[in-house]
Amino acid sequence: MANTIADTRRLFTKPQNLNDAYGPPSNFLEIDVSNPETVGVGRGRFTTYEVRLKTNLPIFKLKESSVRRRYSDFEWLRAELERESKVVVPPLPGKALFRQLPFRGDDGIFDDNFIEERRQGLEQFLNKVAGHPLAQNERCLHMFLQEDSVDRNYTPSKIRQA
Amino acid sequence: MSFFGFGQSADIDIVLNDAETRKKAEHKSEDGRKDKYFLFYDGETVSGKVNIELYYDRGNHHEFVSLVKDLARPGELTQSQSFDFEFTHVEKPYESYTGQNVKLRYFLRATVSRRLNDISKELDIVVHTLSTYPELNSSIKMEVGIEDCLHIEFEYNKSKYHLKDVIVGKIYFLLVRIKIKHMEIDIIKRETTGTGPNVYHENDTIAKYEIMDGAPVRGESIPIRLFLAGYELTPTMRDINKKFSVRYYLNLVLIDEEERRYFKQQEITLWRKGDIVRKSMSHQAAIASQRFEGSSNPEKSPTQDSEENS
Repeated sequence: MANTIADTRRLFTKPQNLNDAYGPPSNFLEIDVSNPETVGVGRGRFTTYEVRLKTNLPIFKLKESSVRRRYSDFEWLRAELERESKVVVPPLPGKALFRQLPFRGDDGIFDDNFIEERRQGLEQFLNKVAGHPLAQNERCLHMFLQEDSVDRNYTPSKIRQA
Repeated sequence: MSFFGFGQSADIDIVLNDAETRKKAEHKSEDGRKDKYFLFYDGETVSGKVNIELYYDRGNHHEFVSLVKDLARPGELTQSQSFDFEFTHVEKPYESYTGQNVKLRYFLRATVSRRLNDISKELDIVVHTLSTYPELNSSIKMEVGIEDCLHIEFEYNKSKYHLKDVIVGKIYFLLVRIKIKHMEIDIIKRETTGTGPNVYHENDTIAKYEIMDGAPVRGESIPIRLFLAGYELTPTMRDINKKFSVRYYLNLVLIDEEERRYFKQQEITLWRKGDIVRKSMSHQAAIASQRFEGSSNPEKSPTQDSEENS
């Protein structure tokens, strides 16, 4: 038999709908962690960050949301995701206990550079986690991102798309 | 002195077929001692074995074919001499294969039996198994995904490819709710050895080929064109001599912006195509290739060799 040249022509494809080609993509999800604010007085002070979300994913109830969270809220979210889901949860920026000791030369945990580093780390953490298909099914993630406050007595559950 | 004592490496093991029944005789050696040796008479056959060697189970050899020819009667060799031999139409059912945990080899071994110890020399040969275009070769087409996140339909033009073939296919995106960074297709070889509870798989990524860079949207089709000739591949081997298998898989991998990987593996069958028969080929080779390439009226072999042992 002759040595035939293989047919390498492309397989038939359906032409793409122009709305799909030029419309907004279905995977729009933006999360920002910004505007650190220190609240309270004396030893009761702590820093909160604004967590802003914009999306068109149907799994999120609100297409835009803005809430304020502190570091321990992020720690809570990480622990919940580790326990409830099969996701390998990325690490948070450091806890920096040493910065809470007295007699430091700088502002400790209220130092501007430290807050900025922590802000970046928290933003990276949320972007990694919120885009994970399995994490998106967890009630704790949606409560953290879109409800006014985090209820630590909540009942863990899975979210299914409406 | 032991008949087999020549300090060679463990993978060359010469074993006589009739070691248990053959008589031994005493014979004085050069240093005055008297030892026992296997006794052979004029015209007798010395026969041994061709081996498959498993690396993890060294010393456990399995024969699947063994042909022996006597080339010279017992006597004295006073000067260099050359001996012709011919094994006609030898059945070679399996392809030569050297893998991670298993090796299948064909070789010729010439042995000069002497009083005290033998001299032997081995010549490895390679055997290829040839196939023709399969009658049935359906395409592979499947819809897969993660509910509400990612749905794709992939298609490969065939399920059986020869070693110099081209994989032509496409990936069609039905739903994209994740942020995809790029997509690649890998060829994975899986070598399986052992049986029962001791089955062991060895996976090896033979090829990685990026087919898309950037974020796709719904309705987009990404073409695949992967030339197999550039990669080190063997034909698919299934349960060879009930000892090992070599199988090949296409692995379609999507990677998102956070380096998460989404993949779908699909087995393909690889086969070896025979080359065109050239006029200068030997008579025997011409018969062999005619048999494989399916022409009508293959010639009969000239004579049956009655000396052939199996």
